This record gives sequence, structure tokens and C-alpha cells, in this order.
Amino acid sequence: MSNVLKIAARNLLRYQRRTLLTSLLIVIGMVAVLLFMSVSGSFKAIMIGQFTDSVLGHLEVHRKGYVAAIDALPLNLNMSPQAAVKVEEALKQIGDVETWSPRLKFGAMFSTFVETTSIRINGIDPQREAAALPLLSGRLGAGQKSGPLLAKGEIIVPALLASGMKVKLGDTVVLVTTNRDGSVNGKNFTVRGIMEGLSGPGGRDGYVHIDDARELLRIPDAEVSEYVIRLKDMTHLNAVAKQLKQALEGLSNTEGKPLLEVHTWADLSPFANIARMIDVLTLFIKIMLVAIVLVSVMNVMIMAVYERIREIGTISAIGTSPGKILSLFLCEGLMLGVAGTLVGSVISMIVIYALNIWKISFVFGQQQTVVLSPSLGLGQVVAIAGTVIVVAALASLQPAWKASRMDPITALRHV
Amino acid sequence: MSLVRAENLTKTYRFGDIAVPAIKGVDFSIDPASFVCFVGPSGSGKSTLLNMIGCLDQPTGGTLKVLGTDIATLDRRAAARFRGENIGFVFQDFNLIPVLTAYENIEYPLIMVQEWPAKKRRQQVLRLLAAVGMADQANKRPDQMSGGQKQRVAVARALVSNAKLVLADEPTANLDHDTAYRIIELMRKMRDEFGTTFVFSTHDPKIMGEAELTFVLEDGRIPDGAGKGETHHV
Ligand SMILES: Nc1ncnc2c1ncn2[C@@H]1O[C@H](COP(=O)(O)OP(=O)(O)OP(=O)(O)O)[C@@H](O)[C@H]1O
Ligand SMILES: [Mg+2]
Repeated sequence: MSNVLKIAARNLLRYQRRTLLTSLLIVIGMVAVLLFMSVSGSFKAIMIGQFTDSVLGHLEVHRKGYVAAIDALPLNLNMSPQAAVKVEEALKQIGDVETWSPRLKFGAMFSTFVETTSIRINGIDPQREAAALPLLSGRLGAGQKSGPLLAKGEIIVPALLASGMKVKLGDTVVLVTTNRDGSVNGKNFTVRGIMEGLSGPGGRDGYVHIDDARELLRIPDAEVSEYVIRLKDMTHLNAVAKQLKQALEGLSNTEGKPLLEVHTWADLSPFANIARMIDVLTLFIKIMLVAIVLVSVMNVMIMAVYERIREIGTISAIGTSPGKILSLFLCEGLMLGVAGTLVGSVISMIVIYALNIWKISFVFGQQQTVVLSPSLGLGQVVAIAGTVIVVAALASLQPAWKASRMDPITALRHV
Repeated sequence: MSLVRAENLTKTYRFGDIAVPAIKGVDFSIDPASFVCFVGPSGSGKSTLLNMIGCLDQPTGGTLKVLGTDIATLDRRAAARFRGENIGFVFQDFNLIPVLTAYENIEYPLIMVQEWPAKKRRQQVLRLLAAVGMADQANKRPDQMSGGQKQRVAVARALVSNAKLVLADEPTANLDHDTAYRIIELMRKMRDEFGTTFVFSTHDPKIMGEAELTFVLEDGRIPDGAGKGETHHV
């Protein structure tokens, strides 16, 4: 076998320029794919992280029908205290759940005593919310990020609304809302923070303490509009979602239909579609790579076989078995693939390392600059490298097969 | 017992409806360790005949036994194995593998055709390099060798796996007269040393004079059935 490799390597070196060009093509393809994967992967991870870690959490639980009507923030679709307890019990049972945060959501009028507008409010437990959404405090304005997220009597105002209404930190504002029974209630709040917006659902919400929310809405019981759930490992998302659905299945309404529903962040965010687009793009680029490797390796191998017909005739005449001849040419194509793959992987790693040093940044929406930190899993590299090598082998299979089937007399007579 | 025996051997090439008879019923026999030459004008069928003796091609009629095996019974794979085990080839254009050195070219059949252990292989290759007078050129590639040197390496390659029969179709056609003569001398010396049967073909009257047994082919026939010259016995 090592002799087959030796002969194959010598033949590749004999046509240096051609070998170089073909491997270069494979190298460029590899680098393009790996870089695209790492940069787009990093972009995707950061964007998904922004949504899951500052707005949506990984999973959310609502009463059935709430999400469909979420724009109206319907107070009559909150979870009852009993249901809320059941949800929390279920969450405690699932090992993959890191923490969760209950929210009571409602629409209100927001007034500075000069101007009034409407606002969506999340009543939150500051500690739980901060734990479930670790990036949330990062979206607060400069100088507001430290300390507890919120105390009773305080409100966090979305930046868009704050600038439009000329609201400053420390201002007193009033929230007025209609409760379920139709009566109106109001309460004063001190502006504790101004939160940068984020495109997507919940990006323009205000926050108050959940106890204030209950007081304002005159809800004495521990009703909850939604649970935001953070997982220890996001890769288990779908498994945990399934587990949670099963655990909550037992809860049904008077008609026997399930009372609650579980959504993943992807169900709730339009960015999931962009993430999917990125995946599709990655797939297309991979297909291009396969095409490049297939065509270039096949091309060289067809040439190699054609140029060496008499040599094939000779080794076949002196008794080399068709299998050995096949392996000789297969090895040549395979070595091209392996060489291109190795060089391509190494170059990609170096470029990715350099990108991490140079810190490529971009601005997303109104957000502070986000720094890309492209990275590549060993698994991804191995998968791409493996694909390239397999395709290189497949591409040389046909020419190698042709070589092994040649009639020695015809091949020897070839000029 | 003869090493090669042909009885009423025929070979007709066919392209669709057109039949080209190349060998038209020949009988001959070649004894072990003989030094045999087929001569004849161009197109008389020398290559066709040698290809069949070398199990590269199948007869279309009659029988041809090589080392007691009726070659019509060999399929592609079996024929390849049979050649690898029993027959060596020397070609008109040397046909060495360009990327391998003289040493490696001679070693090639011991690796790729038979599987000899490394140590035994080395002894055998060195022995043949010395036998053909190329010991000091072992590391040269074919493009660094003269035609005569290439053909010496080719003769060594044909003998390295202890073939019982070496076939050489016009081995001297690409060599000048002196070199041609020396290659034929080398082949005869190898026959003496290893007891291998050599069968070659040529146009060159002076070269054919070196053979111990000469068959004259004319238009696919051997008019003078037995062949000229005495058969060499070991
Ligand atoms: N593959 C083939 N297909 C058809 N006809 C062939 C083929 N090979 C040889 N022939 C014909 O068979 C006859 C004998 O050819 P062959 O090559 O055996 O002659 P030769 O004695 O070796 O000639 P030369 O001295 O020119 O090499 C010729 O008429 C030739 O045209
Ligand atoms: Mg001929």
C-alpha cells in the first residue's frame, strides 16, 4: 500500500503545475466554505444570543391562545395561579432548565403629565428576570447597567419612547391601565433606566416590578402571562421543549383541551427565518465546494489516465491486477483531495484566528456594536474535510475504473 | 516437454463484417531455455503471435499452450495473474515507468504484481541490476538513461520475478545497431544464467542471426514448419 502511495505521489509531483492548480482550487473552496461557516455561524450565534438572552429566553410557556393574541396583551388569557404553580413544578423537574422568570404583561397609557402614549409593559421579578436574561441589563443606557434591574416603584422605559417623550432618568411618570373588569387604575413610577431597542418582538417593551403590575391591574393572585425559560445548554432546546410539553400535557381546560402551550425562541422570533436562510446559504456554498472538487479532480484524473495509457498498458501487460491499477489512480485523486483539505483547513484556521485578533464589528439595529468572534468546531472542519476527500475519491473513481479496465494491447499501441 | 506449443493456431481480427486474418494456421513448438526469434516482413503477424504467446490476446482458432496451460481457458483476471507469474515482457519503446528509478522499475513487479518480502526483494533487484550491468545506475530515472540502458533495465524487470518465458516484440527497433546487438547478447547471457526462454521478433537480419531457432512468418503462416537452426537444450 505504501508503494502505491509512493507511486501516486510521484505522479502528482511529475505534473507539478497541474497538481498545484487543482489543489489550489480545493484549498480556495475549503477556505471559502470554512470562513463563511464560521463568520455566519458567529453572526447567527450572536443574533440568536441577543434574542434568547435579552428578550425571549430559550423557551416560553403561555396559556393556550395567548401567543396568537399577543399583540392585544389579553389579560383574560393569563395563567391561573394554580397553573403557574404546576408550570414551576414541571420546570423544577427538568434538569436542563437553568432558571425561569414569570412575567405579567399588559398594555397601558404612559404619561409624562405633558404627553401621553401607549406602552407595553412587562411586570417582572427583577432577580429572576436578570438571571433568565443575562444580556438584558446590558441593553440599559450608560451608567444604568449595574445594580438590581428594578425596584418596586421603578420603571424601565424603551429608548424610542424615552427620546420621543423627552423622558430622563429619575423623572416621575404615570402608567394608567384598564383592568379585566373595565375599571381604570393609575400609578406613579420613577424612571430607573432607558433600554436600547432591539428589532423583533418585545424589543420595545417597558419593565416594572411584577408586584406593581399586580397592584395596577388589581390582580390579587399570582397570575402569570408567560414564563421565560433559560436552559443550561441551548443545543438541547428541542428535547427540553418536548419534555416540557409532555409534562404540561396533563393540564387541560374544562373542555379537555390542553391548557398551556410551549414555544421555542425560534417559534416566537422572525430572526429564526434569517437564521434558516443563513443555513440554506451555507448549504449552497457547500454544494458549490462539492462541485468544484468533483469537476477539478475528475478533470485532472481523466487527463492523467489519458496521458498514461501506454504506461497503463505496460503495467497491465506485466501482470498488475485491475484492482491494483484502480487503487493507483484512486490514490492519486485521494491525495489531491487530502492535500487540498489539509492546506485549506490550516489556512482557514489561521484566517479565523486573525479575524478574532482584528475583531470585526458591526452595528445591528439600534444596538451597541457587536463584535464577531468567528470560530469553527473541530467537528465542522472534519465534516467538510471528510466531504472533500470523499468527493475527490468519487471523482477519481470513474477515470481509475477506466484505467483498470483497459485492454493491454490497445493501451500499448496507443500513441 | 515444450514450453510453448501451437497447433493450427489462427487469429482473425474482425471489424463488423470485415475479417482480417492475421495468423492463418501455424504450428510450432518452443522448448524450455531456448533462444527463439520470429522474423518476417511488416504485417506478417509477428506482434499478433507474440501477443497470444504472452496471453495478452486470445486465439480465434486452434490451440496454444503456454507452460502447459491452454490460454483460451484464461479469462482477463486469470491471464493477468498468469502473466505476472510466468511471463516477462520487453517492449520496443522500453516502457519503463517514468517516475521510478532504475532500481524501482525493476522492483515494481515484486511489489505490485507479486508480493515479495522487502529483504528478498532487495537481494533480487540488486542481483539483476548487476546481471544487466546497471548496478552503478540504480538511482537514475528513465529520462536520465540512454536507450540501451533503458532496455537493460527492462530486461532486468522482465526477469525479476523469475519468469520462465520472456517475450520481446522488436526489442531493438529503437536502438542503434551496436546497442541492439549488445541487448541481444545480454538476453542470451541471461538465458544462459537463468535458464529463461527468450522469444523475440525483429526485422533486422543481423539480429536474427543471433537466435538459435528462427521462425519465418509470411503473411500469417510459417512456410518452413519446423523453423531454422538447432533447438537449444539445457
Ligand atoms: N488490432 C488489430 N485490428 C485489426 N487488424 C490488426 C490488428 N493488429 C494487427 N492487425 C493486422 O494483422 C496483421 C498482422 O499484424 P502484426 O502487427 O501482427 O504484424 P507485424 O508482423 O508485427 O508487423 P510489424 O513488423 O509492422 O510490427 C496486419 O495485417 C495488421 O494490419
Ligand atoms: Mg509488430
